[in-house]
Amino acid sequence: MKIVVAIKQVPARDSLLRVNPGATWIQDSDLNYEINEPDAYALEEGLQLKERHGGEVIVLCAGPARAAQTIREALAKGADRALHIEAEDFFSADPLALARLMAKALASEKPDLILTGLQSDDLGYGQTGVILAELMGLPSATIIMSVEVNGSAIKVKRELENGWFQYVEMPLPALLAMQSGSTKLRYATLMGIKKAKSKEIKRIAPGELGGITAPSIRLDRIYLPERSKKTQIFDGTPKEAAAQLVEKLRFEARVL
Amino acid sequence: MSVLVIMEQRPNGSASEWNKMSFETLAAGQQIACELGVPVEAAVASAPGTGLRKELENKQLAKVWLVEHPLLEKYSADAYVPAFRQLIERTYPSVVLLPHTYQVRDFAPRLATALGRVLVSDVTGHRIDNGQLVCVRQLFQGKINADIRFSTLAPNLASIQAGAFRADKLESGFAEVETFTPQLDAAQIRTKPLDLFRESARGVDLNTAEIIVSIGRGIKDAENIPIVEKLAAALGAEMAASRPICDNGWLPMARQVGSSGQTVAPKLYVAVGISGAIQHLVGMKGSKTIVAINKDPEAPIFEVADYGIVGDLFQVVPALIEEIKKA
Repeated sequence: MKIVVAIKQVPARDSLLRVNPGATWIQDSDLNYEINEPDAYALEEGLQLKERHGGEVIVLCAGPARAAQTIREALAKGADRALHIEAEDFFSADPLALARLMAKALASEKPDLILTGLQSDDLGYGQTGVILAELMGLPSATIIMSVEVNGSAIKVKRELENGWFQYVEMPLPALLAMQSGSTKLRYATLMGIKKAKSKEIKRIAPGELGGITAPSIRLDRIYLPERSKKTQIFDGTPKEAAAQLVEKLRFEARVL
Repeated sequence: MSVLVIMEQRPNGSASEWNKMSFETLAAGQQIACELGVPVEAAVASAPGTGLRKELENKQLAKVWLVEHPLLEKYSADAYVPAFRQLIERTYPSVVLLPHTYQVRDFAPRLATALGRVLVSDVTGHRIDNGQLVCVRQLFQGKINADIRFSTLAPNLASIQAGAFRADKLESGFAEVETFTPQLDAAQIRTKPLDLFRESARGVDLNTAEIIVSIGRGIKDAENIPIVEKLAAALGAEMAASRPICDNGWLPMARQVGSSGQTVAPKLYVAVGISGAIQHLVGMKGSKTIVAINKDPEAPIFEVADYGIVGDLFQVVPALIEEIKKA
């Protein structure tokens, strides 16, 4: 089975975010980066499917040069090789422009299954994978908890709202957007890290794939959210803050 | 030129019911259409003769489209995308709004692509600038907001987050109902949806709890949960959690609050070590009083909290238990 896992590098979850002076993006010079969490689960699913059914796991990542670190980590966990669509100026690209590049990059690969995380932790559009499926003419399903392969077809468990689930069957090739948390993530072994150094990362410039097309939607400005409620924050030592809070809960909110 | 709202009905046993977020989106449609000075229409897909029309006929809408076809009986992206594409190509709306449900997340990006457009997903607010719709949405799990503009011509598509508009603001009136039968072919439908199911009987009904103490990633380890359970005991509260805690199996799924778990509105909700991603906030922001304890002063949970303590939960929670016992 030839499995492609599309991953994205995003600022680490606990990053302290500041808006840049032009309000066009966050100040990103001093941030740490990591694999987008839902993509880590997509990678894990891909690696487990390879263990069960054999084949190859190819990592696909669009991102600047620094994303090579995240790609290398995916190779250390067990992916076989990688395609890195590399550019520093993806800011102008919308999900459709990115999916077009990815579709072109995969045209010659002809994968059986493409896995992505259901959304990115930074932009959070939750669309790139689904658009990629439409562009490649593949069936797709989103918010997937588990995948069962039966020959040339799959049966997937899809999460719905309010605790409901549904199984969906579809033929391969197909694309799935994976939910976080449905399995345990592996760590890279020392051997894996060593092996990763000799695995192939094919760097592709957007120009080789037809370039970044003009966006249909664009980020106009970013800003810190305004508070919808006036929050009373209690300062002091934990004991002092706790005492003030209990006082307010008893005599102002009257919920105790 | 119009605003088209795509509603969502779903199976409930042998009958159908509305996904209630549809009506918030319909309210958004009425408001945005009014601001743009264009009519608003609604559409819903179903098998022939089963479209839920009663709750649409009495709203102030220029038209209700019952998009009906035997292949629309069960949801599939492969049937929904061509069905709604054909409706949009016939009615040519300037704006298409959808509720940001799990189903919409599954097909709307494909629908937009089929129309050569990009959906602005998960919209929490809007404004009209020079006759153009500008959408507000969250980035970085709610830590940052962004204004998004469309740079393509109509139709512009957006999906609306739960709670962003109020269904009780819907204008009543009379709407003409018309059936639209799309051209669909069974061979187009590659996905086969099986029946819906729930994982297990839900032992816990958080809806009846007056006080809920809820934990998130900040708890760090399952071994630390008893610290917060003591707080719940002191308050006479039920324990709940955000998604990652239940994913790890640290608390049962039945105690999960948020878009994939339960929606609660207790008298008091104490969020301990929960940053407040939108998926969690939609499940608890209706609570009467919200307390947040978190080490990150920028955590989005503080935007919905009435009272907050910025600090280490492992110090704050024991201090709080002591003060509650004193009171």
